[in-house]
Amino acid sequence: MALTNRPKSGNRTLGNFGESAVADFLSRRGSVIVDRNWRIKEGEIDIVAELPDGKISFVEVKTRSSKSFGHPLESITNEKAHRLQRLALAWLAMHQSLGREYQIDCAAVLVSLDGSFTVEYRENVL
Amino acid sequence: MTLGESLGVALVGLDGQLVRVEVDIADGLPGYVLLGLPDAALTESRDRVRSALVNSSENWPNRKVTVSLSPAWLPKSGSSFDLPIAIALLAAQSVIPEERSAQTLYLGELSLDGHIRGVRGVLPSLISAHKQGITTAVVPEANAVEAQLMREMKIIPMGHLRDLLRWLRLGQRAENEELQYSSPPDEKIFDFADVAGQERARVAAEVAAVGGHHLLLIGPPGAGKTMIAQRLPGILPALSRDEALEVTAIHSIAGGLSNRSPLASSPPFVAPHHSATRVAMVGGGSHVIKPGACSLAHRGVLFIDEAPECGIGVLDSLRQPLESGSITIARAIGNVTYPARFLLVLAANPCPCGKFSGRGRNCICSSHQVRRYLGKLSGPLMDRIDLRVQVDPLSRVELMASDLGESSEKIRARVIAARKVAAERFKNEEWSLNSHIPSRALRTTYQPERVAMNFLHTELDREHITARGLHKIIRTAWSLADLSGHARPTLADTEQAFLLREGLAS
Repeated sequence: MALTNRPKSGNRTLGNFGESAVADFLSRRGSVIVDRNWRIKEGEIDIVAELPDGKISFVEVKTRSSKSFGHPLESITNEKAHRLQRLALAWLAMHQSLGREYQIDCAAVLVSLDGSFTVEYRENVL
Repeated sequence: MTLGESLGVALVGLDGQLVRVEVDIADGLPGYVLLGLPDAALTESRDRVRSALVNSSENWPNRKVTVSLSPAWLPKSGSSFDLPIAIALLAAQSVIPEERSAQTLYLGELSLDGHIRGVRGVLPSLISAHKQGITTAVVPEANAVEAQLMREMKIIPMGHLRDLLRWLRLGQRAENEELQYSSPPDEKIFDFADVAGQERARVAAEVAAVGGHHLLLIGPPGAGKTMIAQRLPGILPALSRDEALEVTAIHSIAGGLSNRSPLASSPPFVAPHHSATRVAMVGGGSHVIKPGACSLAHRGVLFIDEAPECGIGVLDSLRQPLESGSITIARAIGNVTYPARFLLVLAANPCPCGKFSGRGRNCICSSHQVRRYLGKLSGPLMDRIDLRVQVDPLSRVELMASDLGESSEKIRARVIAARKVAAERFKNEEWSLNSHIPSRALRTTYQPERVAMNFLHTELDREHITARGLHKIIRTAWSLADLSGHARPTLADTEQAFLLREGLAS
């Protein structure tokens, strides 16, 4: 995918770019984006989406502009993955949705110099 | 296909167990789990394998990788699993053909750039794998010479992961990768011709070589005790192929093949320093039970210089292997039995200052010190030593003599001939060396001539020798008889055997 407005600099912009890319990706596959950058004291959930089959998906997005620091998803340690799970439960509790089926997903976005990017989406990583 | 497998070997002592390495690549966060009781070196394999794969232009799966080493209950150690793990990983990604990789044994450590490094214990691993029906093995190039001893298997030495993968994918190998059967090296032996004088010690060494009798040399520093001991392997018969295989296997596990060619057929000579610990002597270790000096000297000579200086219990720990020809080491991870049938040569000074010999004019030790010094050797260990010889300082005449002593080659020819006679005599028995004749057989079939027995009985009555000593003397007498061509030990043979054992007691 080529994109004209490649982020200029800064990790924040890069991150936002990646999250939008993943949100686009999910929408195109028929999911509804329910929440973005939902933040509480314990941390942040990048994307909350309702999948076509009714499941709630909590997505952690990792964006990188090069592979030289390893695969983006490698930076998600076990500890981080479990924090995601706690955050997911917290989100469900606050939205009166406890008991609904949900899953934790991860997405890796790799942006190259010419502004093209790839999305690697892994479902149910826990 | 996200499952891949290959074969490695886990060694416990000399016995190897085939280990099936299975790799599963599953979706999920990138991660790596190694199952099957790995030790620290093996746990680190993850990072070596990863770098080696990436630097050989292969793909590292950024997914959840589970590696299982089965049987899972067996503790595994060492770096030789790097290669089978790498192969199973590639098989799981379906980038190498399955049929070629699954029934081949892989041994080798990977360096970060993909080179395959040598590992310990290649020969015993191959022997065990062959017994379990494996016919093809990939070994590190550095271990190729050792591996070629296993002629019953197809051995493929590889120097780099990239070469190995090319072979797996295309069946092609660079021509220099064909296994070159190198011939055994010319072994330099120390020659007995270098030893001036020392007639008694020479005879004792020859008798020791014929019958496998253990030897104690007592003499002042500089008299030539070490020279004589070093020359003993040179007059022993060369090892048979099976024996050489056994010896190389033990040395391969100890990782000490560097100073001994894997193809060597000369009996090993092992000389641990007298500060050696019991574990160094008999073997041990916590997660890898390594053979000790007495197993490294298997089918060869174990020489301990300054024997009375050895720590308490170190020499006595040799009693079990002296008796049974093997040593069983028990540790938390299991029991391991190593063969340990060696010729023991002890050397000692006559006293702490070393000058108490001849007229002992310059000795500065008290009589109490002198007695205590050699007293450390007494007891059950000394009882197992058939030959105890005084090595006196050389006289002027001996040192001036310009003709060299007899060469090792000539002595060895006599030793081999005498051993042949003994082997013929013992062809229906369970033993083949004179020093192994059981006492029961000595009292019946293998008695010396009547006059010789009378002589021994008189000495026994005078309490000059014990009953065990009597049997030891007869065994030595048999070796002397074999050397001099007597069908049965004569009075002269027996008297000489008596002198060789008891000569120092007076």
